Amino acid sequence: MSANMTGANGWTIAAARDALRKGDVTAVDLTMACLTAIDAGDGLNAFVHKTPELALEQARAADARLAAGDAPAMCGIPIGVKDLFAVKGVPTQAGSNILRGFKPEYESTVTTKLWGAGAVCLGKLNMDEFAMGSSTESSCYGPAVNPWKVDARKLTPGGSSGGSAAAVAADLCLAATGTDTGGSIRQPAAFCGITGIKPTYGRVSRWGVVAYASSLDQAGPMTRSVRDAAIMLGAMAGHDAKDSTSADLAVPDFEAALSGDIRGKKIGIPREYRLDGMPGEIAALWDRGMDMMRDAGAEIVDISLPHAKYALPTYYVIAPAEASSNLARYDGVRYGHRARLAQGDGITEMYEKTRAEGFGPETQRRIMAGTYVLSAGFYDAYYNRARKVRALIKRDFEQAFAAGIDAILAPATPSSAFGLGEQGGADPVEMYLNDVFTVTLNLAGLPGVAVPVGLDAKGLPLGLQLIGRPWEEADLLNHAYVLERAAGFVAKPAKWW
Amino acid sequence: MSIDIDTARKVAKLSRIRVEEGDLPALAEKLSSILGFMEQLKDVDVEGVEPMTSVTPMRLKRRVDEVTDGSQQAAVLKNAPDAREGFFAVPKVVE
Repeated sequence: MSANMTGANGWTIAAARDALRKGDVTAVDLTMACLTAIDAGDGLNAFVHKTPELALEQARAADARLAAGDAPAMCGIPIGVKDLFAVKGVPTQAGSNILRGFKPEYESTVTTKLWGAGAVCLGKLNMDEFAMGSSTESSCYGPAVNPWKVDARKLTPGGSSGGSAAAVAADLCLAATGTDTGGSIRQPAAFCGITGIKPTYGRVSRWGVVAYASSLDQAGPMTRSVRDAAIMLGAMAGHDAKDSTSADLAVPDFEAALSGDIRGKKIGIPREYRLDGMPGEIAALWDRGMDMMRDAGAEIVDISLPHAKYALPTYYVIAPAEASSNLARYDGVRYGHRARLAQGDGITEMYEKTRAEGFGPETQRRIMAGTYVLSAGFYDAYYNRARKVRALIKRDFEQAFAAGIDAILAPATPSSAFGLGEQGGADPVEMYLNDVFTVTLNLAGLPGVAVPVGLDAKGLPLGLQLIGRPWEEADLLNHAYVLERAAGFVAKPAKWW
Repeated sequence: MSIDIDTARKVAKLSRIRVEEGDLPALAEKLSSILGFMEQLKDVDVEGVEPMTSVTPMRLKRRVDEVTDGSQQAAVLKNAPDAREGFFAVPKVVE
Protein backbone atom coordinates (compact mmCIF):
# COMPACT_ATOMS: atom_id res chain seq x y z
CA MET A 1 0.00 0.00 0.00
CA SER A 2 1.30 3.40 -0.93
CA ALA A 3 1.01 6.53 1.15
CA ASN A 4 -1.87 7.59 -1.04
CA MET A 5 -3.95 4.74 0.29
CA THR A 6 -3.32 5.48 3.93
CA GLY A 7 -3.76 9.25 3.72
CA ALA A 8 -6.79 11.21 4.84
CA ASN A 9 -8.21 11.04 1.32
CA GLY A 10 -8.77 7.33 2.00
CA TRP A 11 -10.88 7.84 5.10
CA THR A 12 -14.56 7.10 5.42
CA ILE A 13 -16.99 9.98 5.85
CA ALA A 14 -17.70 8.76 9.38
CA ALA A 15 -14.01 8.73 10.35
CA ALA A 16 -13.39 12.13 8.77
CA ARG A 17 -16.45 13.62 10.47
CA ASP A 18 -15.24 12.47 13.87
CA ALA A 19 -11.67 13.68 13.25
CA LEU A 20 -12.91 17.05 11.99
CA ARG A 21 -15.11 17.53 15.03
CA LYS A 22 -12.25 16.59 17.37
CA GLY A 23 -9.95 18.97 15.56
CA ASP A 24 -7.52 16.20 14.58
CA VAL A 25 -7.69 17.34 10.96
CA THR A 26 -8.99 20.41 9.15
CA ALA A 27 -11.28 20.46 6.15
CA VAL A 28 -8.50 22.26 4.27
CA ASP A 29 -6.04 19.42 5.05
CA LEU A 30 -8.55 16.83 3.97
CA THR A 31 -9.30 18.75 0.78
CA MET A 32 -5.61 19.19 -0.03
CA ALA A 33 -5.05 15.45 0.39
CA CYS A 34 -7.84 14.76 -2.10
CA LEU A 35 -6.67 17.42 -4.58
CA THR A 36 -3.18 15.88 -4.53
CA ALA A 37 -4.63 12.40 -5.10
CA ILE A 38 -6.82 13.71 -7.92
CA ASP A 39 -3.86 15.27 -9.72
CA ALA A 40 -1.94 12.01 -9.34
CA GLY A 41 -4.97 10.09 -10.60
CA ASP A 42 -5.35 11.57 -14.07
CA GLY A 43 -4.64 8.12 -15.54
CA LEU A 44 -8.05 7.00 -14.26
CA ASN A 45 -9.86 9.77 -16.16
CA ALA A 46 -12.37 9.93 -13.30
CA PHE A 47 -12.37 13.68 -12.63
CA VAL A 48 -13.14 15.49 -15.87
CA HIS A 49 -13.53 19.02 -14.48
CA LYS A 50 -11.54 19.89 -11.37
CA THR A 51 -12.62 22.71 -9.05
CA PRO A 52 -9.69 23.21 -6.63
CA GLU A 53 -10.44 26.89 -5.97
CA LEU A 54 -14.09 26.24 -5.15
CA ALA A 55 -13.00 23.29 -3.00
CA LEU A 56 -10.56 25.32 -0.91
CA GLU A 57 -13.04 28.17 -0.49
CA GLN A 58 -15.70 25.71 0.73
CA ALA A 59 -13.15 23.92 2.95
CA ARG A 60 -12.19 27.19 4.67
CA ALA A 61 -15.88 27.95 5.25
CA ALA A 62 -16.35 24.43 6.64
CA ASP A 63 -13.45 24.91 9.05
CA ALA A 64 -15.09 28.11 10.28
CA ARG A 65 -18.35 26.25 10.86
CA LEU A 66 -16.54 23.44 12.66
CA ALA A 67 -14.78 25.96 14.88
CA ALA A 68 -18.12 27.58 15.67
CA GLY A 69 -19.61 24.21 16.59
CA ASP A 70 -22.15 24.39 13.75
CA ALA A 71 -21.14 21.32 11.80
CA PRO A 72 -23.60 18.89 10.20
CA ALA A 73 -22.29 15.41 9.39
CA MET A 74 -21.14 16.30 5.87
CA CYS A 75 -19.35 19.49 6.96
CA GLY A 76 -15.83 19.56 5.55
CA ILE A 77 -16.22 16.27 3.63
CA PRO A 78 -14.66 16.52 0.12
CA ILE A 79 -16.76 14.80 -2.53
CA GLY A 80 -16.94 14.41 -6.29
CA VAL A 81 -20.06 15.18 -8.31
CA LYS A 82 -21.26 13.18 -11.31
CA ASP A 83 -21.23 15.38 -14.42
CA LEU A 84 -25.03 15.04 -14.57
CA PHE A 85 -25.65 17.46 -11.67
CA ALA A 86 -25.80 21.17 -12.40
CA VAL A 87 -23.20 23.03 -10.33
CA LYS A 88 -23.40 26.77 -10.83
CA GLY A 89 -20.54 28.16 -12.88
CA VAL A 90 -18.89 24.72 -13.27
CA PRO A 91 -19.00 22.82 -16.60
CA THR A 92 -21.92 20.40 -16.60
CA GLN A 93 -21.93 18.31 -19.75
CA ALA A 94 -23.57 15.00 -18.84
CA GLY A 95 -20.58 13.43 -20.61
CA SER A 96 -21.79 14.85 -23.93
CA ASN A 97 -20.26 17.06 -26.59
CA ILE A 98 -23.66 18.64 -27.13
CA LEU A 99 -23.26 20.41 -23.77
CA ARG A 100 -19.64 21.42 -24.33
CA GLY A 101 -19.02 24.77 -22.70
CA PHE A 102 -22.30 24.74 -20.77
CA LYS A 103 -21.95 26.32 -17.33
CA PRO A 104 -25.28 26.35 -15.53
CA GLU A 105 -26.57 29.54 -14.01
CA TYR A 106 -28.27 27.47 -11.32
CA GLU A 107 -27.50 24.71 -8.83
CA SER A 108 -29.15 21.29 -8.57
CA THR A 109 -31.17 20.67 -5.41
CA VAL A 110 -28.92 17.74 -4.41
CA THR A 111 -25.74 19.80 -4.60
CA THR A 112 -27.46 22.79 -2.96
CA LYS A 113 -28.27 20.53 -0.02
CA LEU A 114 -24.75 19.05 0.09
CA TRP A 115 -22.99 22.42 0.02
CA GLY A 116 -25.51 23.69 2.58
CA ALA A 117 -24.46 20.80 4.82
CA GLY A 118 -20.83 21.89 4.43
CA ALA A 119 -19.62 19.36 1.87
CA VAL A 120 -16.69 20.37 -0.36
CA CYS A 121 -16.87 20.15 -4.18
CA LEU A 122 -13.70 18.67 -5.72
CA GLY A 123 -15.01 18.60 -9.29
CA LYS A 124 -17.10 16.75 -11.84
CA LEU A 125 -16.89 13.03 -12.50
CA ASN A 126 -16.86 11.03 -15.72
CA MET A 127 -19.93 9.13 -16.88
CA ASP A 128 -21.55 7.57 -19.93
CA GLU A 129 -23.12 10.21 -22.17
CA PHE A 130 -26.49 11.21 -20.68
CA ALA A 131 -26.10 8.25 -18.28
CA MET A 132 -26.70 5.83 -21.17
CA GLY A 133 -24.28 2.98 -20.70
CA SER A 134 -22.67 0.47 -18.39
CA SER A 135 -18.97 1.15 -18.97
CA THR A 136 -18.37 4.97 -19.34
CA GLU A 137 -17.17 4.17 -22.86
CA SER A 138 -19.87 6.41 -24.34
CA SER A 139 -18.43 9.45 -22.53
CA CYS A 140 -17.27 12.42 -24.60
CA TYR A 141 -14.23 12.57 -22.30
CA GLY A 142 -13.16 9.02 -23.13
CA PRO A 143 -13.68 6.15 -20.69
CA ALA A 144 -12.92 6.25 -17.00
CA VAL A 145 -10.65 3.42 -15.87
CA ASN A 146 -11.23 1.03 -12.98
CA PRO A 147 -8.48 1.32 -10.33
CA TRP A 148 -8.71 -2.48 -10.01
CA LYS A 149 -6.30 -4.11 -12.43
CA VAL A 150 -5.16 -7.73 -12.49
CA ASP A 151 -3.36 -8.06 -15.84
CA ALA A 152 -2.27 -5.86 -18.73
CA ARG A 153 -5.83 -4.84 -19.57
CA LYS A 154 -7.51 -1.67 -18.43
CA LEU A 155 -10.92 -2.49 -17.01
CA THR A 156 -14.12 -0.52 -17.02
CA PRO A 157 -15.31 0.92 -13.71
CA GLY A 158 -18.85 0.20 -14.94
CA GLY A 159 -21.38 2.84 -15.75
CA SER A 160 -22.97 5.12 -16.04
CA SER A 161 -21.60 6.50 -12.73
CA GLY A 162 -18.20 4.96 -13.50
CA GLY A 163 -16.14 8.07 -12.74
CA SER A 164 -17.83 8.29 -9.34
CA ALA A 165 -17.09 4.66 -8.52
CA ALA A 166 -13.48 4.84 -9.75
CA ALA A 167 -12.81 8.05 -7.79
CA VAL A 168 -14.19 6.64 -4.53
CA ALA A 169 -12.40 3.30 -4.94
CA ALA A 170 -9.08 5.03 -5.77
CA ASP A 171 -9.34 7.38 -2.76
CA LEU A 172 -9.54 10.52 -4.90
CA CYS A 173 -12.50 11.71 -2.81
CA LEU A 174 -14.31 10.48 0.29
CA ALA A 175 -17.59 9.91 -1.55
CA ALA A 176 -19.41 10.89 -4.71
CA THR A 177 -22.88 11.49 -6.07
CA GLY A 178 -24.26 9.08 -8.62
CA THR A 179 -27.53 8.55 -10.44
CA ASP A 180 -29.26 5.30 -11.25
CA THR A 181 -31.79 4.81 -14.06
CA GLY A 182 -31.26 1.09 -14.67
CA GLY A 183 -28.32 0.23 -12.40
CA SER A 184 -25.96 3.15 -12.90
CA ILE A 185 -25.07 3.45 -9.19
CA ARG A 186 -25.11 -0.23 -8.21
CA GLN A 187 -23.28 -1.79 -11.18
CA PRO A 188 -20.23 0.54 -11.00
CA ALA A 189 -20.21 0.26 -7.19
CA ALA A 190 -20.02 -3.52 -7.55
CA PHE A 191 -17.30 -3.32 -10.24
CA CYS A 192 -15.14 -1.06 -8.05
CA GLY A 193 -15.70 -2.64 -4.63
CA ILE A 194 -17.65 0.21 -3.04
CA THR A 195 -21.17 0.78 -1.71
CA GLY A 196 -23.94 2.55 -3.62
CA ILE A 197 -27.63 3.03 -2.93
CA LYS A 198 -30.41 3.93 -5.33
CA PRO A 199 -33.17 5.36 -3.12
CA THR A 200 -36.91 4.97 -3.62
CA TYR A 201 -38.12 6.95 -6.65
CA GLY A 202 -39.07 10.35 -5.24
CA ARG A 203 -36.79 10.25 -2.17
CA VAL A 204 -34.20 12.57 -3.75
CA SER A 205 -35.03 15.61 -5.90
CA ARG A 206 -34.25 15.37 -9.60
CA TRP A 207 -34.22 19.15 -10.02
CA GLY A 208 -31.04 20.27 -11.73
CA VAL A 209 -30.05 16.70 -12.66
CA VAL A 210 -29.81 16.35 -16.45
CA ALA A 211 -32.78 14.16 -17.38
CA TYR A 212 -32.40 10.78 -19.09
CA ALA A 213 -35.59 8.80 -18.31
CA SER A 214 -37.60 10.84 -15.86
CA SER A 215 -39.80 8.05 -14.49
CA LEU A 216 -36.70 5.99 -13.59
CA ASP A 217 -33.89 8.45 -12.74
CA GLN A 218 -32.91 8.72 -9.09
CA ALA A 219 -29.77 10.13 -7.46
CA GLY A 220 -27.90 8.51 -4.59
CA PRO A 221 -24.57 8.37 -2.76
CA MET A 222 -21.54 6.22 -3.68
CA THR A 223 -19.34 5.61 -0.67
CA ARG A 224 -16.75 3.39 1.01
CA SER A 225 -19.14 2.02 3.64
CA VAL A 226 -22.81 1.49 4.37
CA ARG A 227 -22.59 3.98 7.25
CA ASP A 228 -21.24 6.59 4.84
CA ALA A 229 -24.10 5.89 2.44
CA ALA A 230 -26.55 6.44 5.32
CA ILE A 231 -24.90 9.73 6.31
CA MET A 232 -24.71 11.10 2.77
CA LEU A 233 -28.18 9.98 1.74
CA GLY A 234 -29.54 11.89 4.74
CA ALA A 235 -27.95 15.04 3.35
CA MET A 236 -29.24 14.48 -0.22
CA ALA A 237 -32.82 13.39 0.45
CA GLY A 238 -35.99 15.32 1.10
CA HIS A 239 -38.98 16.99 -0.48
CA ASP A 240 -38.36 19.69 -3.06
CA ALA A 241 -41.12 21.92 -4.39
CA LYS A 242 -39.15 22.21 -7.64
CA ASP A 243 -39.56 18.47 -8.38
CA SER A 244 -43.24 17.53 -8.45
CA THR A 245 -42.33 13.84 -8.17
CA SER A 246 -40.29 14.28 -4.99
CA ALA A 247 -42.15 12.86 -2.01
CA ASP A 248 -43.29 15.04 0.85
CA LEU A 249 -42.12 12.60 3.49
CA ALA A 250 -39.90 13.12 6.51
CA VAL A 251 -36.29 11.98 6.03
CA PRO A 252 -35.42 9.50 8.80
CA ASP A 253 -32.01 9.34 10.50
CA PHE A 254 -30.60 6.60 8.28
CA GLU A 255 -27.41 6.25 10.30
CA ALA A 256 -29.31 5.75 13.55
CA ALA A 257 -31.10 2.80 11.93
CA LEU A 258 -27.83 0.83 11.63
CA SER A 259 -28.41 -1.47 14.60
CA GLY A 260 -26.90 -4.54 12.99
CA ASP A 261 -29.89 -6.54 14.19
CA ILE A 262 -31.93 -8.35 11.53
CA ARG A 263 -33.07 -11.29 13.65
CA GLY A 264 -36.42 -12.60 12.48
CA LYS A 265 -36.33 -10.65 9.21
CA LYS A 266 -37.37 -12.46 6.06
CA ILE A 267 -34.96 -12.26 3.12
CA GLY A 268 -36.45 -13.17 -0.24
CA ILE A 269 -34.39 -15.03 -2.84
CA PRO A 270 -36.02 -14.60 -6.26
CA ARG A 271 -35.73 -17.89 -8.13
CA GLU A 272 -36.00 -16.17 -11.52
CA TYR A 273 -32.69 -14.43 -10.87
CA ARG A 274 -30.86 -17.76 -11.06
CA LEU A 275 -30.22 -17.38 -14.76
CA ASP A 276 -29.17 -20.14 -17.11
CA GLY A 277 -25.46 -19.85 -17.55
CA MET A 278 -24.92 -17.79 -14.40
CA PRO A 279 -21.18 -17.96 -13.67
CA GLY A 280 -20.35 -20.29 -10.80
CA GLU A 281 -18.58 -17.55 -8.91
CA ILE A 282 -21.68 -15.33 -8.94
CA ALA A 283 -23.90 -18.20 -7.78
CA ALA A 284 -21.42 -19.06 -5.02
CA LEU A 285 -21.24 -15.43 -3.88
CA TRP A 286 -25.01 -15.29 -3.71
CA ASP A 287 -25.08 -18.49 -1.63
CA ARG A 288 -22.49 -17.01 0.73
CA GLY A 289 -24.64 -13.90 1.09
CA MET A 290 -27.60 -16.07 2.07
CA ASP A 291 -25.46 -17.82 4.69
CA MET A 292 -24.37 -14.47 6.10
CA MET A 293 -27.96 -13.28 6.46
CA ARG A 294 -29.01 -16.61 7.94
CA ASP A 295 -26.15 -16.53 10.45
CA ALA A 296 -27.35 -13.07 11.49
CA GLY A 297 -30.71 -14.54 12.43
CA ALA A 298 -32.72 -13.79 9.30
CA GLU A 299 -34.92 -16.32 7.57
CA ILE A 300 -34.15 -17.11 3.92
CA VAL A 301 -37.31 -17.48 1.84
CA ASP A 302 -37.63 -18.64 -1.76
CA ILE A 303 -39.80 -16.16 -3.70
CA SER A 304 -41.01 -15.72 -7.25
CA LEU A 305 -40.91 -12.55 -9.35
CA PRO A 306 -42.41 -14.08 -12.50
CA HIS A 307 -42.10 -10.98 -14.68
CA ALA A 308 -38.51 -10.14 -13.70
CA LYS A 309 -37.18 -11.70 -16.89
CA TYR A 310 -39.05 -9.07 -18.91
CA ALA A 311 -37.53 -6.16 -16.98
CA LEU A 312 -34.66 -5.56 -19.39
CA PRO A 313 -36.74 -5.38 -22.61
CA THR A 314 -39.32 -3.27 -20.76
CA TYR A 315 -36.58 -0.89 -19.69
CA TYR A 316 -35.20 -0.67 -23.22
CA VAL A 317 -38.59 0.51 -24.47
CA ILE A 318 -39.45 2.92 -21.67
CA ALA A 319 -36.05 4.54 -21.08
CA PRO A 320 -35.34 5.37 -24.77
CA ALA A 321 -38.93 6.59 -25.19
CA GLU A 322 -38.51 9.04 -22.32
CA ALA A 323 -35.01 9.94 -23.50
CA SER A 324 -36.21 10.77 -27.00
CA SER A 325 -38.58 13.29 -25.44
CA ASN A 326 -36.18 14.66 -22.81
CA LEU A 327 -33.30 15.08 -25.25
CA ALA A 328 -35.43 16.99 -27.77
CA ARG A 329 -34.31 20.10 -25.87
CA TYR A 330 -30.78 19.85 -27.31
CA ASP A 331 -31.43 21.75 -30.48
CA GLY A 332 -28.53 24.20 -30.69
CA VAL A 333 -30.71 27.18 -29.76
CA ARG A 334 -30.57 27.83 -26.04
CA TYR A 335 -27.36 26.22 -24.79
CA GLY A 336 -24.55 23.92 -25.78
CA HIS A 337 -23.24 23.05 -29.20
CA ARG A 338 -24.53 24.46 -32.48
CA ALA A 339 -23.24 23.09 -35.78
CA ARG A 340 -21.52 25.38 -38.26
CA LEU A 341 -24.06 25.87 -41.02
CA ALA A 342 -23.60 25.91 -44.78
CA GLN A 343 -24.91 28.59 -47.09
CA GLY A 344 -28.68 28.26 -47.38
CA ASP A 345 -29.11 25.97 -44.36
CA GLY A 346 -32.35 26.58 -42.50
CA ILE A 347 -33.46 25.72 -39.00
CA THR A 348 -34.08 22.02 -39.78
CA GLU A 349 -30.51 21.60 -41.04
CA MET A 350 -29.34 23.37 -37.89
CA TYR A 351 -31.20 20.89 -35.68
CA GLU A 352 -30.10 17.84 -37.67
CA LYS A 353 -26.44 18.79 -37.97
CA THR A 354 -26.21 19.98 -34.36
CA ARG A 355 -27.65 16.74 -33.00
CA ALA A 356 -25.57 14.55 -35.35
CA GLU A 357 -22.37 16.29 -34.23
CA GLY A 358 -23.26 16.68 -30.55
CA PHE A 359 -24.67 13.28 -29.62
CA GLY A 360 -22.51 10.16 -29.59
CA PRO A 361 -23.59 6.92 -31.33
CA GLU A 362 -25.30 5.24 -28.36
CA THR A 363 -27.28 8.36 -27.47
CA GLN A 364 -28.34 8.72 -31.11
CA ARG A 365 -29.47 5.09 -31.18
CA ARG A 366 -31.51 5.44 -28.02
CA ILE A 367 -33.17 8.63 -29.22
CA MET A 368 -34.06 6.91 -32.49
CA ALA A 369 -35.25 3.69 -30.80
CA GLY A 370 -37.39 5.83 -28.48
CA THR A 371 -38.74 7.85 -31.38
CA TYR A 372 -39.64 4.63 -33.15
CA VAL A 373 -41.56 3.07 -30.24
CA LEU A 374 -43.50 6.30 -29.73
CA SER A 375 -44.30 6.80 -33.41
CA ALA A 376 -47.76 6.35 -34.88
CA GLY A 377 -48.58 2.69 -35.41
CA PHE A 378 -46.06 1.38 -32.86
CA TYR A 379 -47.08 3.23 -29.71
CA ASP A 380 -49.50 0.54 -28.54
CA ALA A 381 -47.39 -2.41 -29.65
CA TYR A 382 -44.25 -1.25 -27.84
CA TYR A 383 -44.65 1.68 -25.48
CA ASN A 384 -48.07 0.91 -24.02
CA ARG A 385 -47.28 -2.78 -23.80
CA ALA A 386 -44.05 -1.99 -21.93
CA ARG A 387 -45.97 0.20 -19.47
CA LYS A 388 -48.35 -2.70 -18.83
CA VAL A 389 -45.50 -5.14 -18.25
CA ARG A 390 -43.96 -2.55 -15.94
CA ALA A 391 -47.16 -2.59 -13.87
CA LEU A 392 -46.87 -6.40 -13.63
CA ILE A 393 -43.20 -6.19 -12.59
CA LYS A 394 -44.15 -3.81 -9.80
CA ARG A 395 -47.03 -6.06 -8.73
CA ASP A 396 -44.64 -9.02 -8.35
CA PHE A 397 -42.66 -7.04 -5.76
CA GLU A 398 -45.81 -5.83 -3.99
CA GLN A 399 -46.98 -9.42 -3.61
CA ALA A 400 -43.61 -10.49 -2.19
CA PHE A 401 -43.62 -7.67 0.34
CA ALA A 402 -47.27 -8.32 1.22
CA ALA A 403 -46.27 -11.90 2.03
CA GLY A 404 -43.91 -10.57 4.70
CA ILE A 405 -40.59 -10.27 2.88
CA ASP A 406 -38.42 -7.53 4.41
CA ALA A 407 -35.65 -7.41 1.80
CA ILE A 408 -34.60 -9.25 -1.33
CA LEU A 409 -31.04 -10.51 -1.87
CA ALA A 410 -29.65 -10.84 -5.40
CA PRO A 411 -26.38 -10.52 -7.29
CA ALA A 412 -25.52 -6.98 -8.36
CA THR A 413 -23.93 -7.84 -11.70
CA PRO A 414 -23.61 -10.91 -13.93
CA SER A 415 -19.78 -10.69 -13.86
CA SER A 416 -16.88 -8.75 -12.42
CA ALA A 417 -15.49 -5.74 -14.31
CA PHE A 418 -14.73 -6.40 -17.98
CA GLY A 419 -12.01 -4.89 -20.14
CA LEU A 420 -12.48 -1.60 -21.94
CA GLY A 421 -13.54 -2.25 -25.54
CA GLU A 422 -14.64 -5.81 -24.86
CA GLN A 423 -18.43 -5.43 -24.93
CA GLY A 424 -21.15 -3.98 -27.12
CA GLY A 425 -18.99 -3.14 -30.11
CA ALA A 426 -20.93 -5.27 -32.58
CA ASP A 427 -24.27 -5.52 -30.81
CA PRO A 428 -25.48 -2.85 -28.34
CA VAL A 429 -27.70 -5.43 -26.62
CA GLU A 430 -24.61 -7.23 -25.25
CA MET A 431 -23.87 -4.15 -23.12
CA TYR A 432 -27.51 -3.87 -22.04
CA LEU A 433 -27.32 -7.32 -20.38
CA ASN A 434 -25.11 -5.82 -17.64
CA ASP A 435 -28.26 -4.35 -16.11
CA VAL A 436 -30.10 -7.67 -15.83
CA PHE A 437 -30.12 -7.74 -12.00
CA THR A 438 -30.37 -4.02 -11.34
CA VAL A 439 -32.99 -2.70 -13.76
CA THR A 440 -35.99 -4.47 -12.25
CA LEU A 441 -36.27 -2.28 -9.20
CA ASN A 442 -35.99 0.98 -11.15
CA LEU A 443 -39.14 -0.09 -12.99
CA ALA A 444 -40.82 -0.73 -9.64
CA GLY A 445 -39.47 2.47 -8.05
CA LEU A 446 -37.87 0.51 -5.19
CA PRO A 447 -34.67 1.23 -3.26
CA GLY A 448 -31.63 -1.00 -3.82
CA VAL A 449 -28.11 -1.07 -2.45
CA ALA A 450 -24.96 -2.75 -3.75
CA VAL A 451 -22.43 -3.93 -1.15
CA PRO A 452 -18.97 -5.38 -1.92
CA VAL A 453 -18.84 -8.95 -0.65
CA GLY A 454 -15.76 -10.63 -2.10
CA LEU A 455 -13.17 -11.02 -4.83
CA ASP A 456 -13.43 -13.39 -7.76
CA ALA A 457 -10.69 -15.82 -8.76
CA LYS A 458 -9.02 -13.07 -10.80
CA GLY A 459 -8.92 -10.79 -7.75
CA LEU A 460 -11.69 -8.42 -8.85
CA PRO A 461 -14.49 -7.21 -6.57
CA LEU A 462 -17.97 -8.70 -6.68
CA GLY A 463 -21.03 -7.22 -5.03
CA LEU A 464 -24.42 -8.34 -3.85
CA GLN A 465 -27.57 -6.31 -3.99
CA LEU A 466 -30.33 -5.85 -1.45
CA ILE A 467 -33.74 -4.55 -2.51
CA GLY A 468 -36.06 -2.95 0.02
CA ARG A 469 -39.63 -1.84 0.53
CA PRO A 470 -40.56 1.60 -0.80
CA TRP A 471 -39.51 4.45 1.54
CA GLU A 472 -37.75 2.01 3.89
CA GLU A 473 -34.16 2.86 2.99
CA ALA A 474 -33.34 2.93 6.71
CA ASP A 475 -34.28 -0.73 7.15
CA LEU A 476 -32.62 -1.59 3.82
CA LEU A 477 -29.35 0.06 4.89
CA ASN A 478 -29.46 -1.89 8.14
CA HIS A 479 -29.66 -5.13 6.16
CA ALA A 480 -26.75 -3.90 4.02
CA TYR A 481 -24.81 -3.09 7.20
CA VAL A 482 -25.20 -6.68 8.38
CA LEU A 483 -24.02 -7.98 5.01
CA GLU A 484 -21.07 -5.59 5.02
CA ARG A 485 -19.95 -6.64 8.50
CA ALA A 486 -20.32 -10.34 7.72
CA ALA A 487 -18.45 -10.04 4.41
CA GLY A 488 -15.64 -7.99 5.93
CA PHE A 489 -14.56 -6.69 2.52
CA VAL A 490 -11.44 -4.59 3.10
CA ALA A 491 -9.47 -5.14 -0.12
CA LYS A 492 -8.21 -2.07 -1.96
CA PRO A 493 -6.80 -1.79 -5.47
CA ALA A 494 -3.00 -1.64 -5.62
CA LYS A 495 -1.94 1.73 -7.00
CA TRP A 496 -0.69 1.49 -10.60
CA TRP A 497 -1.94 4.80 -11.98
CA MET B 1 -39.68 -7.29 -36.97
CA SER B 2 -36.62 -5.61 -38.35
CA ILE B 3 -35.94 -2.05 -39.39
CA ASP B 4 -35.14 -1.53 -43.05
CA ILE B 5 -33.13 1.31 -44.51
CA ASP B 6 -36.20 3.40 -45.36
CA THR B 7 -37.49 3.10 -41.80
CA ALA B 8 -34.08 4.01 -40.40
CA ARG B 9 -34.02 7.09 -42.63
CA LYS B 10 -37.51 8.06 -41.45
CA VAL B 11 -36.70 7.56 -37.76
CA ALA B 12 -33.53 9.64 -38.12
CA LYS B 13 -35.58 12.38 -39.73
CA LEU B 14 -38.22 12.27 -36.98
CA SER B 15 -35.41 12.42 -34.41
CA ARG B 16 -33.83 15.42 -36.17
CA ILE B 17 -30.48 13.65 -36.39
CA ARG B 18 -28.63 13.81 -39.69
CA VAL B 19 -27.46 10.36 -40.81
CA GLU B 20 -25.45 10.05 -44.02
CA GLU B 21 -26.93 7.71 -46.60
CA GLY B 22 -23.93 5.39 -46.35
CA ASP B 23 -24.42 5.01 -42.59
CA LEU B 24 -28.06 3.92 -42.82
CA PRO B 25 -27.49 0.15 -43.30
CA ALA B 26 -25.37 -0.15 -40.15
CA LEU B 27 -27.87 1.97 -38.21
CA ALA B 28 -30.78 -0.17 -39.42
CA GLU B 29 -28.93 -3.29 -38.28
CA LYS B 30 -28.28 -1.96 -34.76
CA LEU B 31 -31.82 -0.63 -34.37
CA SER B 32 -33.14 -4.00 -35.50
CA SER B 33 -31.09 -5.72 -32.83
CA ILE B 34 -32.54 -3.41 -30.16
CA LEU B 35 -36.05 -3.91 -31.51
CA GLY B 36 -35.56 -7.68 -31.64
CA PHE B 37 -34.69 -7.53 -27.95
CA MET B 38 -37.95 -5.68 -27.25
CA GLU B 39 -39.95 -8.37 -29.06
CA GLN B 40 -39.83 -10.58 -25.93
CA LEU B 41 -42.58 -8.40 -24.50
CA LYS B 42 -44.99 -9.98 -26.97
CA ASP B 43 -44.85 -13.15 -24.83
CA VAL B 44 -46.44 -11.46 -21.81
CA ASP B 45 -50.16 -11.71 -21.16
CA VAL B 46 -51.16 -8.10 -20.48
CA GLU B 47 -54.90 -8.61 -20.88
CA GLY B 48 -56.76 -6.28 -18.54
CA VAL B 49 -53.59 -4.61 -17.18
CA GLU B 50 -53.59 -0.83 -16.95
CA PRO B 51 -50.41 0.81 -18.29
CA MET B 52 -48.38 2.32 -15.46
CA THR B 53 -48.58 6.11 -15.34
CA SER B 54 -46.82 6.75 -12.03
CA VAL B 55 -44.45 4.40 -10.24
CA THR B 56 -45.33 5.77 -6.81
CA PRO B 57 -49.02 6.47 -6.38
CA MET B 58 -49.12 10.11 -5.44
CA ARG B 59 -51.27 13.10 -6.11
CA LEU B 60 -49.27 15.90 -7.67
CA LYS B 61 -49.01 18.82 -5.30
CA ARG B 62 -50.66 22.07 -6.21
CA ARG B 63 -49.46 25.52 -5.40
CA VAL B 64 -50.85 29.01 -5.57
CA ASP B 65 -50.95 30.26 -9.17
CA GLU B 66 -48.51 33.11 -8.83
CA VAL B 67 -45.22 34.20 -10.35
CA THR B 68 -42.32 32.91 -8.24
CA ASP B 69 -39.37 33.55 -10.51
CA GLY B 70 -38.41 35.62 -13.50
CA SER B 71 -36.57 38.68 -14.80
CA GLN B 72 -33.49 36.59 -15.49
CA GLN B 73 -32.92 37.41 -19.14
CA ALA B 74 -29.15 37.64 -18.84
CA ALA B 75 -28.88 34.31 -17.03
CA VAL B 76 -31.22 32.60 -19.51
CA LEU B 77 -29.20 33.83 -22.50
CA LYS B 78 -25.79 33.28 -20.92
CA ASN B 79 -25.18 29.86 -22.53
CA ALA B 80 -26.81 30.55 -25.89
CA PRO B 81 -24.68 29.81 -28.98
CA ASP B 82 -26.08 32.97 -30.59
CA ALA B 83 -27.94 35.63 -28.59
CA ARG B 84 -28.64 39.09 -29.92
CA GLU B 85 -30.46 42.06 -28.44
CA GLY B 86 -31.96 39.97 -25.67
CA PHE B 87 -33.16 37.14 -27.91
CA PHE B 88 -32.00 33.70 -29.06
CA ALA B 89 -30.96 33.97 -32.70
CA VAL B 90 -31.62 31.17 -35.21
CA PRO B 91 -31.41 30.83 -39.01
CA LYS B 92 -34.34 32.14 -41.01
CA VAL B 93 -37.44 30.03 -40.30
CA VAL B 94 -40.03 31.56 -42.67
CA GLU B 95 -39.21 32.28 -46.31
